[in-house]
Amino acid sequence: MKILVCISSVPDTTSKINFIENETQFDKSGVQYIINPNDEFGLTRAMWLKEKQNCEVHVISVGIVDTDPILRKALAIGADQAFRVDINPMDANQVAREISDFIKNKDYKLIIAGRESIDYNGGMVPGMIATLINANYVSNCVSLEVNQSNFKATRETDGGKENISGTLPLVIGGQKGLVEEKDLIIPNMRGIMMSRKKPLTIIEAKYQTFQTDTVKYEKLPPKGAIKLVNPEKINDLIDLLHNEAKVI
Amino acid sequence: MAIVVYLETEDGNFKKSALEVSSYGRKLADETKTNLYGIAFNSSDPDKIRKYGIDKLVNIKTDHVFDARIFADLLSKNFKELGGTIFITGSSADSRFIFPVVSILLDASYATNVVDFPSGISPLVLKRSAFTNKGFVFTELKTKYKIIGILNNSYGIFESERKLEVKEYMAESQDSNLQVESIKEDEEKISIADAEIVVSGGRGLKGPENWDLVEDLAKTLGAATACSKPVSDMGWRPHSEHVGQTGKPVASNLYIAIGVSGAIQHLAGINASKCKVVINNDPEAPFFKAADYGVIGDAFEVVPKLIDGLKKFKSR
Ligand SMILES: Cc1cc2nc3c(=O)[nH]c(=O)nc-3n(C[C@H](O)[C@H](O)[C@H](O)COP(=O)(O)OP(=O)(O)OC[C@H]3O[C@@H](n4cnc5c(N)ncnc54)[C@H](O)[C@@H]3O)c2cc1C
Repeated sequence: MKILVCISSVPDTTSKINFIENETQFDKSGVQYIINPNDEFGLTRAMWLKEKQNCEVHVISVGIVDTDPILRKALAIGADQAFRVDINPMDANQVAREISDFIKNKDYKLIIAGRESIDYNGGMVPGMIATLINANYVSNCVSLEVNQSNFKATRETDGGKENISGTLPLVIGGQKGLVEEKDLIIPNMRGIMMSRKKPLTIIEAKYQTFQTDTVKYEKLPPKGAIKLVNPEKINDLIDLLHNEAKVI
Repeated sequence: MAIVVYLETEDGNFKKSALEVSSYGRKLADETKTNLYGIAFNSSDPDKIRKYGIDKLVNIKTDHVFDARIFADLLSKNFKELGGTIFITGSSADSRFIFPVVSILLDASYATNVVDFPSGISPLVLKRSAFTNKGFVFTELKTKYKIIGILNNSYGIFESERKLEVKEYMAESQDSNLQVESIKEDEEKISIADAEIVVSGGRGLKGPENWDLVEDLAKTLGAATACSKPVSDMGWRPHSEHVGQTGKPVASNLYIAIGVSGAIQHLAGINASKCKVVINNDPEAPFFKAADYGVIGDAFEVVPKLIDGLKKFKSR
């Protein structure tokens, strides 16, 4: 079975977020890019399926050449092939359309994306792809089993969980729970060497029109100073929360 | 042209977020001089929404399993039927499950994590939280149909009584190849997404056996419980409580962190909370730079006193 893992390249979680050009551009200088954490859980789950159920794992990203290092990393982790749609994506819809077009007429039974990317937090791409390719869809996916034609998955809801089963093809929006933090694979030397020989295919982008525009960015407002409360006078805290912050 | 809001229900009752979504919709309808219509699934008391500015409600009756495609299809059809141009929804896990599908079915542009009333209406520009609450982005929606997904507690609930008309709509049955079994957490537990107050514990609490502190405090306040990532990674608490950049986002009115250092990834996820309180014995903990109120002290001494004080306060 062939699995496609959708990978987004995002600023490292410790990045300082700054904007330039009159707050119209995200400042990439000094920013390290990583595989979006939700996608990495999904990629790891795919590697287990590769090992135990003999699946072939492909990864895809929509992005310009800067994205190659994270695709190479995915190959070093163990993916078999990588694809990059060569365009700087403007919105989720564009990403979903490019990936859906790529999927058409190929026999991917399982498409794994992340629940959301940690840069724009849209959380839309997996649901959009599922709809465009007419596949089943599970978001906030915290567990997944598949065989040749069926799946069993668990979706985390606000107040609990939902066990969903059905037929492939399936698109998931994955997150921690698919595998645990300790299961994430750190590429070893051999993996890194092999990744250089694995194919990374560049695909021409098709969609040049966008449904949305980024008008500008804004930084968080500066934070006022903290008020410290003496631990011996904890009722002062209750008083502040009630009378000043008005939250209790 | 009309504004349509998706009014989420739980066990037949409108969720609090539905009231916020309709308040937001009302203002937008007033500013654009249009009507405000609502769509709900299986509301058992549609009249309850009268106070929140809805002119007409389509109450869809369905006993379908929760298949995103079927629910999205029903929403899209009714949206078009109502002559909708702007569709407004909340940010619950369920609505974020359905609306990406709706956006494709309607060929609508979709902005999630919207934190404010539109900064411009024509063109429609929305302020969204981005970079997991480390900044904001203003996004223009350019298509004919548009979807606005607002974050909980970002706008508020305002009453505005209307002459509500209710239309019952029986959903036709549709094929689904899905089996869905939903497992609710303990009924009394408040979900992080819906909570106004969240009490969160970190590694400073030393072990799962000490979590009655967090739970007692949460119970006293009617709050949800949460935890830092290592706490869930070590299995002290379930993953569903993990908040932060790689866990659940928190946008509560009050967030109380106990024994949490305040790593950038933790803060990112909870930053949208309005008021933050930190209890930590290390004055150098980064959380003290991010919080509104702080107590430098041992959680094992401070929290029991806080619980006592709150109990007295509540019974006043
Ligand atoms: C890619 C990535 C993603 C991440 N995502 C997240 C995320 O989503 N959420 C998240 O939480 N973390 C996340 N992290 C982890 C984050 O970097 C921190 O490691 C984590 O938040 C620390 O958890 P903590 O505050 O519980 O523990 P610690 O950092 O160990 O802090 C414990 C705190 O408790 C205090 N303490 C100890 N004893 C007491 C006492 N008796 N009374 C009061 N205070 C006491 C200490 O002073 C300390 O400040 C992520 C990390 C990475 C690399």
